[in-house]
Amino acid sequence: MEHKTRNSILLAIVAIAVVVIPTSLIKIEVIDEYTAQILTLAGINAIIAISLNLISGITGQLALGHAGFMAIGAYTTSSLTMQLGLPLPLAIIGGGFMTAVFGFVIGFPTLKLTGDYLAIVTLGFGEIIRVVLINMKGLTGGAAGLKGVPGFTADILAQPVISFAVVTATLVLILAGITNFLLSSYGRAIISIREDEIAAASNGIPVFFYKMFSFTISAFLAGIAGGLYAPFFGYLNPTMFTFLKSVDFLIIVVLGGMGSITGTIIASYVLTYLQEFLRFLKDYRLVIYPFILIFIMLFRPKGLLGRTELSLVGLLNKVLQWRASKAKDDKEARR
Amino acid sequence: MSIGTEILQQIINGIALGSIYALIALGYTMVYGIVRLINFAHGDILMVGAFAAYFFLTRFGLSTIGMVGAFLFSMIVSATFGIVIERLAYKPLRNAPRINALITAIGVSLILENGARVIPFIGPNPRQFPTIKTVNISVLDMSVSNVQIIVVLVSIFLMIALNYIVMSTKTGKAMRAVSYDRKAASLMGIPVNRIISFTFGLGSILAAAAGILFATAYPQVEPYMGIMPGLKAFIAAVLGGIGSIPGAMIGGYILGIAETMTKGFLSSQLSDAIAFGILIIILLAKPTGIMGKNVREKV
Repeated sequence: MEHKTRNSILLAIVAIAVVVIPTSLIKIEVIDEYTAQILTLAGINAIIAISLNLISGITGQLALGHAGFMAIGAYTTSSLTMQLGLPLPLAIIGGGFMTAVFGFVIGFPTLKLTGDYLAIVTLGFGEIIRVVLINMKGLTGGAAGLKGVPGFTADILAQPVISFAVVTATLVLILAGITNFLLSSYGRAIISIREDEIAAASNGIPVFFYKMFSFTISAFLAGIAGGLYAPFFGYLNPTMFTFLKSVDFLIIVVLGGMGSITGTIIASYVLTYLQEFLRFLKDYRLVIYPFILIFIMLFRPKGLLGRTELSLVGLLNKVLQWRASKAKDDKEARR
Repeated sequence: MSIGTEILQQIINGIALGSIYALIALGYTMVYGIVRLINFAHGDILMVGAFAAYFFLTRFGLSTIGMVGAFLFSMIVSATFGIVIERLAYKPLRNAPRINALITAIGVSLILENGARVIPFIGPNPRQFPTIKTVNISVLDMSVSNVQIIVVLVSIFLMIALNYIVMSTKTGKAMRAVSYDRKAASLMGIPVNRIISFTFGLGSILAAAAGILFATAYPQVEPYMGIMPGLKAFIAAVLGGIGSIPGAMIGGYILGIAETMTKGFLSSQLSDAIAFGILIIILLAKPTGIMGKNVREKV
């Protein structure tokens, strides 16, 4: 029992440190604004990649339309703030719920399909969402885009700090939530569907219900990521949410390891930074990046972490065990 | 023009467009049938073919012989691309999880598109594709252009040729065997790797032809020209039941007609959404597509 409290305290401290330390570093300008922007964008990418990993890596249902969900979240959030004047946090959560509703409605017919067919239909829905958004000129500004989405704070100078803090804090909260969710009976049921759908069903797990559940939560998270993206960028255009954007997220998930949440987070920071880092290559960057991708696929097909998770508590336990056994060895040696 | 002839006119346009989609869709469906891979780079092979023909035609001029030469040259170039891509990128992943192959295919597609963009003699700007002069023939208030007739005739010829290869030759038989059960086929002494290469080559040849026809109908070539027709043809392949050759043809025509109808009567922006809408409705009604086989998973 005391281990449980110890672990919780450890994780809470780490969580706070992960948010507070970089934020203060940005504040005192040790980390410059440009890097701060990249880190913030990586955080948003991490949230949506987690959402995609939940449905594709953990539930085993390949989805290719998450850019569409992100678009719904982004546009809902910006409409709620710009037209209804709701405060931003409420609007972001509203965006998440709106996307969850869409996820539910879309998931109901599509999750009856499996494998490649599901991937194609979700791709189709993603594209339909985008085309519909282009045609809803009143709300979205159509193909010209939506300008002047209010940022996280009115103060322009404080914008990078606040954006980073908000995005990273949300990411940490989502990470905590999803890790606990996966350890619950719901999470176990969902993993069992990935492992073997038929076996899960014959063990009395309502497969369709859990797929829907996972898909709706995934949509909700994607909506939240979209809601964070809108004020971070300040400008929205349906061309930002094409099929290739969905592919970008899928690449993050696969590189990190399908089914590994921590892997996804590492991969989103690495890949977001890599894309910026390769900018010195100009247009050749567009060729080098897919080459790197193919090399990873050829030589490390299961991604960085595979299905394992990095666990701080696990690490701590290992260190403690190692020290305990060393102390024991020492004692025996002295004897 | 009355509404009846208007509809017929759009159907004619749709058949011309649908033939191109059908040609591309055949490549998707054959590759899927044989290695269970959604070859996202297929649309870009089309672009490669169109550019090969472009360079051939600008070099040797636009005559009947030049046109036939352009077809042959671009087919050879595309087939080489298709086979080399399969060997280098897809073959090592044949036993890896399917998603890895899928991402590799997307990677190859990005390399072809962006590679064409950065190579100095291609570059990002669209270019005028040399085409024959368009002549419109009116029949009963409807107009058919000579380009449309060529498109339809060439595609039908290629589809008949493909059908002959797949159904009546020894290689075709081997292709069908590999797609039915790869392991058993290899036990029967079928050179599986060679057959898979052949399938990629065949699909790329059709894509090259489709590329030339597409570039003739919308007379320009650019590095990203393959994306949209590729995606549409892919929908067509799934619509008809991926893995099924007649299915791909039917799917191509359905999609072509639906697209021109939408453009003619509703709005040109919605046509992509309609294409996906049809796909979704058909998959929900019949999850394996129109001609797809329903394989139930057994324990």
